[in-house]
Amino acid sequence: MADASAQTGKTMVGADRRPGRLKEFWSYFSENRGAVFGLYVFAAFLLVAILAPLLAPYDPSAQFRDHTLQPPVWQAGGSWEFPLGTDAVGRDMLSRLIHGARFSFFVGIVVVVVAASGGIIVGLVAGFAPKWLDTLIMRLMDIILAFPSLLLALVLVAVLGPTLLNAMIAIALVLQPHYVRLTRASVLSERSKDYVTASRVAGAGRERLMFITVLPNCLAPIIVQAALSFSTAILDAAALGFLGMGAQPPTPEWGTMLADAREFVLRAWWVVTFPGLAILVTVLAINLMGDGLRDALDPKLKRS
Amino acid sequence: MLKFALSRLGTFVPTFLGVTLISFAFIRVLPGDPIIVMAGERGLSEERYEALRAQYGFDDPIWVQFWDYLTGILQGDLGTSFVTNRPVWDEFFALFPATVELSLCAIVIAIVLGIPAGVIAAVNRGKFYDRALMSTALVGYSMPIFWWALLLIIVFSGNLGWTPVSGRIGLLYYFDDVTGFMLIDSLLSGADGAFGSAVSHLILPSIALSTIPLAVIARQTRSAMLEVLSEDYIRTARAKGLSPSRVNGLHALRNAMIPVITVIGLSVGTLMAGAILTETIFSWPGIGKWMVDSIFRRDYPVVQGGLVMIAVIVMVVNLVVDLMYGLINPKIRNR
Repeated sequence: MADASAQTGKTMVGADRRPGRLKEFWSYFSENRGAVFGLYVFAAFLLVAILAPLLAPYDPSAQFRDHTLQPPVWQAGGSWEFPLGTDAVGRDMLSRLIHGARFSFFVGIVVVVVAASGGIIVGLVAGFAPKWLDTLIMRLMDIILAFPSLLLALVLVAVLGPTLLNAMIAIALVLQPHYVRLTRASVLSERSKDYVTASRVAGAGRERLMFITVLPNCLAPIIVQAALSFSTAILDAAALGFLGMGAQPPTPEWGTMLADAREFVLRAWWVVTFPGLAILVTVLAINLMGDGLRDALDPKLKRS
Repeated sequence: MLKFALSRLGTFVPTFLGVTLISFAFIRVLPGDPIIVMAGERGLSEERYEALRAQYGFDDPIWVQFWDYLTGILQGDLGTSFVTNRPVWDEFFALFPATVELSLCAIVIAIVLGIPAGVIAAVNRGKFYDRALMSTALVGYSMPIFWWALLLIIVFSGNLGWTPVSGRIGLLYYFDDVTGFMLIDSLLSGADGAFGSAVSHLILPSIALSTIPLAVIARQTRSAMLEVLSEDYIRTARAKGLSPSRVNGLHALRNAMIPVITVIGLSVGTLMAGAILTETIFSWPGIGKWMVDSIFRRDYPVVQGGLVMIAVIVMVVNLVVDLMYGLINPKIRNR
């Protein structure tokens, strides 16, 4: 008897329960076919980045001096030895592209983590701070946003010295005000709601209010912004590399590879085409994913 | 309206001061002694070094230096270039028209193609045209424009041989600057084929630079149109029996334009960033290439002055857009 009632109780609960958060998220996300496609491409690139040393046929900086500027396999003069051809000093394009995926993902992840965590904390502080501090922080962000982001990053790198690490720091600094603005705006709209007042009445301290009560309810737009700034970070890092102010040769970073290839623009299309195509496909996949995330997480912005 | 304008101006002044302070501070922390950089290979005697330090004010306390710099800017004095020894202010305005010409062409292309694309997509929501146009827009939005510019060069200059690779006009043509805009100057010069040469130099950089604003404008127009199309007054207009083109064009588009204008105003920053890459690739003698070259030459006064000028231009344009926005949309004034 006791068994039976427990059993019915269980099924009742099972039937009533709303689908799990993750499942709900997925059902919205997967409505957008482009987003799912973007996710697959992103996953594939992530795998390539992780497994780069296993997948790449050669070392990315190994030079095959007998095979300089060899075209890809489907063009006259190409061979399966170097499926996507070789560059001006005979390095295998395919291996360099595969290793380049590592740098781009590294840049994206580091920049997003640094910019988002810094921006969220500053934004939370601004949202909870007295008026004068809030104004001060927001004016500071206005100042950073007054500079075109790439130009500011370029000068920052010139100050810090042209390395990939400094490029990432510069890009994170330039992207961070967007998180501050976003976080502050959602904090301000959440702060006056009843649940926050209730929590305050119950005696929650300011830190608890900031991080445990309010922050989780502000995350949706921040996650969408994180996806979008992941692609911005990849693009900007490649642009800096292209201008000679990011990763330095012979690093197989996609932007740096393009910079090396510039003088062969009219002679060897493949050294120019493939690195850029890799950037485009990655960024496109992330942006597709970002659109899907927005649809799934942020009902207010829902596909208008 | 006056109150709104004053409050916007009130935020402009501290931002301007901050922009100046940041540009000023950057140069103080750049590696390398500017005097040594200026002397270059030749080297300097001890006395000459001290004299130059005093002449450029590097001996003064840092806040005196900043005050001098700030008052200098307000009087149109940004210092002199280490490399050319010409005033930075003059160099800036000598090159500025080239960047303005390029940016204007790019934004015109973006508006002329972007708004109709957005409208067509919105009207055909979910159908083939919508999907095709919006996928294209997303590709454009994700485009690394430095690569896109190289591809354009490969196809149109390399394979087809239609356009030149770099510069503003063919070497055959020489005439005086009248307006600084090559398109106008070449027409004024009356030289045979000069205008055509100017256009063929301008077309590829403009396309490359217009790509991202074009995608942004198309996406924004579409979503603004969709929002407006679901309003009651559109249903009323349809119910009155107005033709679809009249409903979409007159009633909907006009009201959808407000957010689109904002996006166009904001794209000035994007254009300046894009100009850095586009001008470098096409050797377009404008502000972007000048900044990149100066960074590599460690020409500090130029980098500093250029940063301030570019930021101020972006700020002024945003301010104007904001004020215009307040003028056309009374709702925003009272916020």
